[in-house]
Amino acid sequence: MNLIKVRTTSISNILHKLTYRYASSQALVTDLKAIAGNENVSNSASVREQHGHDESYHAGHEPDVVVFAQSTDHVSQIVKYCASKHIPIIPWGTGTGLEGTDKLGFTYFLLNCIFFHIGGVTAPKGGVCLNLSRMDKIISVNPEDFDCTVQAGVTRNALNTFIRDTGLQFPIDPGANASLGGMCATSASGTMAVKYGTMRENVMNLEVVLADGSIIKTSGLKGRSRKTSAGYNLTNLFVGQEGTLGIITEATLKLHATPEAVLAAVAPFKDFQSAVDATVAIMQSGLPVARIEFLDEKMVDACNRFSKLSLDVLPTLFLEFHGSNNNIEMQGQLAEETCKSFECLKFNYETETDKRADLWKARHNAIYAAQALRPGSKAYSTDVCVPISALPGMITFAKDALKRLNLLGPIVGHVGDGNFHVFLIIDPKNAEEVERVHEYSIALAKESLRVNGTVTGEHGVGIGKKQLLIEEFGPAGINTMKAIKQALDPLNILNPDKVI
Amino acid sequence: MAIRILVGVKRAIDYAVKVQVKTDKSGVVTEGVKHSMNPFDEIAVEEAIRLKEKKVAQEVIALSCGPAQCQETLRTALALGADRAIHVEVTGKDYEMLQPLAISKLIAAVAKKENVDLVLLGKLAIDDDSNQTGQMVAGLLSWPQAVFASKVDIKDKTAEVMREIDGGSETLRVKLPAVITSDLRLNQPRFANLPSIQKAKKKPMAKMSPKDLGVDIKPHQEYLSYEEPPKRQGGGRVANVDELISKLKEKGLI
Repeated sequence: MNLIKVRTTSISNILHKLTYRYASSQALVTDLKAIAGNENVSNSASVREQHGHDESYHAGHEPDVVVFAQSTDHVSQIVKYCASKHIPIIPWGTGTGLEGTDKLGFTYFLLNCIFFHIGGVTAPKGGVCLNLSRMDKIISVNPEDFDCTVQAGVTRNALNTFIRDTGLQFPIDPGANASLGGMCATSASGTMAVKYGTMRENVMNLEVVLADGSIIKTSGLKGRSRKTSAGYNLTNLFVGQEGTLGIITEATLKLHATPEAVLAAVAPFKDFQSAVDATVAIMQSGLPVARIEFLDEKMVDACNRFSKLSLDVLPTLFLEFHGSNNNIEMQGQLAEETCKSFECLKFNYETETDKRADLWKARHNAIYAAQALRPGSKAYSTDVCVPISALPGMITFAKDALKRLNLLGPIVGHVGDGNFHVFLIIDPKNAEEVERVHEYSIALAKESLRVNGTVTGEHGVGIGKKQLLIEEFGPAGINTMKAIKQALDPLNILNPDKVI
Repeated sequence: MAIRILVGVKRAIDYAVKVQVKTDKSGVVTEGVKHSMNPFDEIAVEEAIRLKEKKVAQEVIALSCGPAQCQETLRTALALGADRAIHVEVTGKDYEMLQPLAISKLIAAVAKKENVDLVLLGKLAIDDDSNQTGQMVAGLLSWPQAVFASKVDIKDKTAEVMREIDGGSETLRVKLPAVITSDLRLNQPRFANLPSIQKAKKKPMAKMSPKDLGVDIKPHQEYLSYEEPPKRQGGGRVANVDELISKLKEKGLI
């Protein structure tokens, strides 16, 4: 946890600061309206409340104002203005993040304290939430070059719908209909990373607004080449920085061919060990599997209830193969043989679009299905990612720790990448349970580091994993990151208190 | 005996576009705006292809009426699996004024000329929302119709069609040749892929004019003006039920 000094003040002092903060908040609204237009600024209670939280269980602290940028120029001017007044800026895509990346960085413990000092931040002036969802234009699609350029607010589904008649797709699928800018900022991944990679492998160029308002392109002012050796790899510096080094306003992305044939299969196993071993065997056989997802029996049960399915309540693998009409059956057969050698109970497969879509909808709704197991609860997702050979041991550890700490945690995972999520079901108001979840999360992360893994495979660091990041990188590594942060955002106005 | 299907596809403004009305109220802005195959037509094409995959159909012909750009829409239909395409060319002012009755006459003429067993259309186009063409084609040909289909089963020259209607669903049995229009839940269309897009470039596309088909496409309706719907007014809050009642009385609503 952060070290926070809380200063108590007399009542009159509190009232003075309250009125000062309100007055300055109104001035903020007026100034921002002058930059972005009247319809693009809001400080109404409901809009601020919406922008004060995401899909994580981190309770939010609301921004003072929400601005809806309509252009890169807006973003640049807003940043310049906020920099001049030392006002924090928190970028916002679709609010589907899972790590509290897009919230004002005060831990939920402090919600009851109104005033505090954290390091160098002076008397609280609140913050500006910069909503990029109205920057939703698809700027260009180049089918012969397999690339496209989009504004940050374009969502993944909007892009795939737009290019559906080109025979191309953008297959990075983090499970929610996230904005592409947000996906760049959190280095999103998802179910198809095992074949198509994560955002790191698929972002060719970014337009970024820096903390002083200047605008850069990370791979050359007009760069769209498939590869480059020109200068520092700024593109991958900004992929995953979670809005702490710059605000992404445009992205040039790699597109992939839509497969001619797709085969989806479901294979329940008698125990999770067999399922995970089968996964390792499939990966090591070199089969170019497109998706390989693991659901433990608790997760399957939750999905059955939530999506009204009737899957066998057993540890289950969901697989998908992409290929051409003449090799898809062979891929399916090889996978079937492998699964059968680990005693899967069945191997059901589908090639029809509708039936395949149903299968994956169940998986996409997994986190909501998990929460529905206990109405009123929230899910906290762990996100460790380890080398494939360490996966069986890691899942054993995860399950044992759940028993030890008496927690409910259905498991779902992109096991082809060695990445899995334990959806811990918690009542955020039960402090004792929250503490056990916290302990679990740290234990799991430390075990992951012990076996050469990472504490977060795809969700990012946000608020909750900052301490673990230090353990993963060590002091010298963290100091390198801090040096970069200091160089690019010396005033610490870009999404302060996230990541490092 | 495997049947032959004629599928109509319309090039319409893409459903994700925010449509803008021209300032002179004469129409909507179409210049530089993304167009694509009408979504209900995508569903119709998908159904036709599935019938071919099930070997119920032996040939799927795609048809579109309009300017040269319709050929892009037809190439997409070919990439999705249609065997050949027919482009009935209508351009300029004629195209602006092309209305469902004229289109129905064109489709009916092609259906007769190609001697098809089934005409599959989208239930409506998302630009004009007319929902007339399928029904009028059936009328012109004196063929039975089953519209708003959510499930289609064809056996022995008979189609059993489940339709979504206001009260729930209804199943009809129609003898082929017939007209069926697709509703949203009929199927989930596939996406085109690169190999089939390449193959589609080589599939035959015939061009003809309304005159070749002996059809008079003169419009019967005049479009007077296009306007955006009125902007939504803000609401208001009232403190209690009494205030609500007095406000409603003020507005003459009670």
